[in-house]
Amino acid sequence: METGLTREKIVGMYRKMLEIRSFEERVFELYAQNLVPGTIHLYGGEEAVAVGVCSNLRKDDYITSTHRGHGHCIAKGAEPKRVMAEILGKQTGYCKGKGGSMHIADFSVGMLGATAVVGAGIPIAMGAGLSIKLRGTDQVVACFFGDGASNQGTFHEAINMAAVWKLPVIFVCENNLYAMGTRQSIVVLIGNIADRAVAYGIPGIAVDGNDVLAVHEATREAVERARKGEGPTLIECKTYRHKGHSRIDPAKYRPKEEVEEWLRKDPIRRFKEKLLQKNVLMEAEIQQVKKEILTEIEEAVKFATESPYPAPEGALEDVYT
Amino acid sequence: MRKITYKEALREALREEMRRDPTVFLLGEDIGKYWGGAFKVTKGLAEEFGDERVRDTPISESAIIGAAVGAAITGMRPVAEIMFGDLTALAMDQIANQAAKIHYMFGGQVKVPLVIRTPFGAGVNIAAHHSQSLEAWFMHVPGLYVAAPSTPYDAKGLLKTAIRGNNPVFFCEHKLLYPIEGEVPEEEYAIPFGVADVKRDGSDVTVVATLYMVHKALDAAEELEAEGVSVEVVDPRTLTPLDKQAITDSVKKTGRLVVVSEDCKTAGVSAEIAAIVAEEAIDYLDAPIKRVAEPDTPVPFSPPLEQYVIPNEKTIIKAVKEIV
Ligand SMILES: Cc1ncc(C[n+]2csc(CCOP(=O)(O)OP(=O)(O)O)c2C)c(N)n1
Ligand SMILES: [Mg+2]
Repeated sequence: METGLTREKIVGMYRKMLEIRSFEERVFELYAQNLVPGTIHLYGGEEAVAVGVCSNLRKDDYITSTHRGHGHCIAKGAEPKRVMAEILGKQTGYCKGKGGSMHIADFSVGMLGATAVVGAGIPIAMGAGLSIKLRGTDQVVACFFGDGASNQGTFHEAINMAAVWKLPVIFVCENNLYAMGTRQSIVVLIGNIADRAVAYGIPGIAVDGNDVLAVHEATREAVERARKGEGPTLIECKTYRHKGHSRIDPAKYRPKEEVEEWLRKDPIRRFKEKLLQKNVLMEAEIQQVKKEILTEIEEAVKFATESPYPAPEGALEDVYT
Repeated sequence: MRKITYKEALREALREEMRRDPTVFLLGEDIGKYWGGAFKVTKGLAEEFGDERVRDTPISESAIIGAAVGAAITGMRPVAEIMFGDLTALAMDQIANQAAKIHYMFGGQVKVPLVIRTPFGAGVNIAAHHSQSLEAWFMHVPGLYVAAPSTPYDAKGLLKTAIRGNNPVFFCEHKLLYPIEGEVPEEEYAIPFGVADVKRDGSDVTVVATLYMVHKALDAAEELEAEGVSVEVVDPRTLTPLDKQAITDSVKKTGRLVVVSEDCKTAGVSAEIAAIVAEEAIDYLDAPIKRVAEPDTPVPFSPPLEQYVIPNEKTIIKAVKEIV
């Protein structure tokens, strides 16, 4: 394939996407078995975004995440078993059970945390970009947020600041067409959220968010600019969540034809077909990858379900250092 | 009398006021025909009143309240919904600096008849960003009224008063109250602000409780009754104005006070109520005042952690026993 990427890199991307998908499928099953407290927002269908972006990042680069954040964690290199343990509220989870599905962070891999307050991560990512600039390193920050979040003041304020200060931030809008039951067209008049970049004097680009290579390429350019000190980029990835917004939302507000159309555009299937067609991967290898991932995710589930809950008094710890 | 849920009672109040007064309208995220509100309070209202009067908004809390303020000072009566109480933080300037102060700062020229409805409370494992009880933030702002109904009857009657009034009202709901059933008459009624309700008569100790904690206090009172302790449960119903008279009257009768509130203890609802009794009725107290509240921590996610911080019957009973 004419991507400039090594075969190893491409296979790694496919693998990560599959890992996220299998992880989310298991979370859904565990939820149905009443093993997941609270609520869940699954990433299934949007894997090409997290993987296309994070495959450009180094371990010391940063990301910020959202309520729909499991995929971001795994794409940035967090261990699935500790993500799973956090989702189940266990002591061995990344946040000792204090955060849960909507609030996972793994600072050891530059995952600066998910926030359940829509749009709240955008200025924080910008601040991490400011820190990079002040410390004089060549790190970058990728900031994930939804189409809904782009209507918060924080989006506009933070992008403007990042623009004028030329901060190394890649603003990644995961446009899955809906914010809960609200279609984007009800709350935004323009077709592309990327066009908002014009207002802040930075590059804005809309890409097919279900094409991992397209996301990768757009991000590669943005990261290159950011590392050179040329400032931020807004990348809008058009994608779709396969399931409802949360928990058991049946998503009746989405037309059936629309759902079917997007299921046909499944990012993992599309990538696989391309890889097979271009002889990058053989069917047997794909089966092998799948097997390995299923084993790994089963181990994560076992680790999480067998881990202890935190001791109740732990609630009083960590308020201050 | 017929029984309906707290959620249905709120919906009835909204529906009746919208039918009565064409200037009443609703705005908020996902309150319209596609979702009917995250907790379904507004379900069916967009179908009856249309998208213009039941407006789905972008995710823009600050502008939602700003829109309500602008509309309120120019002839409308907006009722804004903020999906979770925690998210009122995003609209704090519009609530605390604008809505609350406009009447005073502009020398009484204009009224700000708006209502902000939002659910507080922990107990459903959705962690630090969706579980807080922040009533006290709003009690601290002169110019705002703060309602906090604990039953379907109170919810309907207070929401009607809130909508008809000419001041900004911060209307606290609670996630765990929405499914609770209670008697609500079919005929018209409204409950005035500043009038507490004695939810249970008793003679040994006064328990002042708010929102969901009223139910925990009633459960505790039931158990204590079996042990020979008679508990009076007083529900202020509105935190601003606060019915100091009803609280001090009860304390004068029992000589003992426990205040139960789900918010963090420091500078919280319980602190204010305890201070008022200390100031105005200390001579009637036969024992120190006790407060049962959440410890000063964010609300944690994992069930054992979360249950540890939320006040419950046991912690209330323990506090009562310490002073009787
Ligand atoms: C500030 C804020 N407002 C509202 C909510 C409730 N809420 C949670 S997710 C969500 C929709 C977010 O939509 P989008 O940003 O498009 O992300 P998606 O869920 O589609 O990934 C809403 C309204 C919230 N958590 N925070
Ligand atoms: Mg969305």
